[in-house]
Amino acid sequence: MADQPKTAEPGRARLSPRKKQQVSRTIQYVVLIAALVAVVLYADWASLAQNFAKPDVARQALPDLFTIALRNTIIYTVGGFVFSFVLGLLLALMRLSQVRPYRWIAVVYIEIFRGLPALLIFLMITFLPLALPGFAVPFGTYGQGILGLGLVGAAYQAEVFRAGLQAVPKGQTEAARSLGMSATRAQVTVVIPQAIRMVIPPTTNQFVALLKDSSLVLFLGVSGEYVELAKFGNDLASQYANATPIMVAGVTYLIVTIPLGYLASRLEGRKGRNR
Amino acid sequence: MTVHAIELRDLHKYFGKNEVLKGIDMTVEQGQVVCVIGPSGSGKSTLLRCVNLLEAPTRGKVFVEGVEVTDPDVDIDAVRRRIGMVFQQFNLFPHMTALQNVMIAQQRVLKRSKREAEVVARDNLDKVGVGAKCDSLPGQLSGGQQQRVAIARALAMNPSLMLFDEPTSALDPELVGDVLTVMRKLAEEGMTMLVVTHEMGFARQVADRVVFMDGGVIVEDGAPAQVIGDPRHERTRAFLHRVLHPEE
Ligand SMILES: Nc1ncnc2c1ncn2[C@@H]1O[C@H](COP(=O)(O)OP(=O)(O)OP(=O)(O)O)[C@@H](O)[C@H]1O
Ligand SMILES: [Mg+2]
Repeated sequence: MADQPKTAEPGRARLSPRKKQQVSRTIQYVVLIAALVAVVLYADWASLAQNFAKPDVARQALPDLFTIALRNTIIYTVGGFVFSFVLGLLLALMRLSQVRPYRWIAVVYIEIFRGLPALLIFLMITFLPLALPGFAVPFGTYGQGILGLGLVGAAYQAEVFRAGLQAVPKGQTEAARSLGMSATRAQVTVVIPQAIRMVIPPTTNQFVALLKDSSLVLFLGVSGEYVELAKFGNDLASQYANATPIMVAGVTYLIVTIPLGYLASRLEGRKGRNR
Repeated sequence: MTVHAIELRDLHKYFGKNEVLKGIDMTVEQGQVVCVIGPSGSGKSTLLRCVNLLEAPTRGKVFVEGVEVTDPDVDIDAVRRRIGMVFQQFNLFPHMTALQNVMIAQQRVLKRSKREAEVVARDNLDKVGVGAKCDSLPGQLSGGQQQRVAIARALAMNPSLMLFDEPTSALDPELVGDVLTVMRKLAEEGMTMLVVTHEMGFARQVADRVVFMDGGVIVEDGAPAQVIGDPRHERTRAFLHRVLHPEE
């Protein structure tokens, strides 16, 4: 094979693979530069800056951007996260239970809440008082937001935990049982702690997803001291008829989400090395 | 009538349609060391795991110190507390230090105080020669050290008998000796031991009896000098030949 003479066979490309790669790359650069030139020439930079990055409007966002909006975003997210962590673990254990009805309940829950848009859940929560007269979600808007995020997050977190629980080798349970631990005791002392360690990276990603979904609190009709970043940005933007506050809110999200994303992939990498 | 440490009566085990144990009758007396040998897939692990009910026998009875553990009313956790088990893959809890590995079941199962559990754990870790590794995680220990921690973990529960499932098979050859030394010491102290092993030297020197299994049945059961030195059955002879002369 290697010693075949280099005559051009019919039907074969005339360019060597290396040459072809060069041509392809040159074309990609040309397209990119053309696109950039078009954007620079045709975009109305003054108008864009005026609408999306107006310094004096941005200044209006302070200090409430941090003291109210970011604070509330964190409250909703952390609350929803804790809720989804606990419910997710419970669902995962039910999903893997020997008792068939528990498995059914968990499967139904997980499928429904992963299959519906999170927004729909939030809209339903606003109708809870109508459906259940006399019932109020505790802690007002905070409670409603945390409930919505928790219910949705639990379905995803349950799948994360299920993968973690299944990844703990069977020998671990056997060792625990052979020491006289009951099935429950073995789960609690041996299996669950290991599962939780394993799922730290995907759980960090879950946290980031919840942080972004906390913007759906907007649809609970919150106001005043309850607003989180998205609602805060949207309200200010309407007030000044200018999109700058939404940009500011966006940047604030990124300040939190990007480092967390890096953290998750670092943790993932470290886990990979330890294996 | 003396109470047998272990008694198996017509033990059958199926995995689905696959009959892995085909009627095992066997006893282990108090203080005896019995080694089980046999080719891969002959059912040695399954036999061992039926003793502490990690596998539920399909048919037949298992008695441990006179108590029928296959009786559905028996408290299996209580039975397992008295049976130490050592696995081929060690199965230490990787999120706990060596010391915690040896303490946890004492605290959670035997309800010993933390202090008492720690004293017992240190004693047993010293005994198996890994006392200096108390604060190491299993991942930081060699295979031989991990297996010795696993033995200490079982011993800390004060078992009246011990099951070993190929305890040295996952070890590098130079680490096998340390583990066998510990097991030999245990045997000398009078521990009742049922050991699945390929270590013929150990079986010859330490065992009171050697049981050869093949195809889910016991083919030969007798003194080590007889079963290993002068096997009666052709299957035993062929197996021993393969184990003792693997290069041929
Ligand atoms: N949990 C299980 N489910 C289905 N089949 C099993 C299971 N455990 C063991 N078996 C089968 O039972 C047979 C005996 O297995 P066992 O592990 O007892 O053999 P062994 O003598 O210990 O072999 P080895 O020397 O390889 O450890 C094998 O054919 C195995 O495939
Ligand atoms: Mg085996």
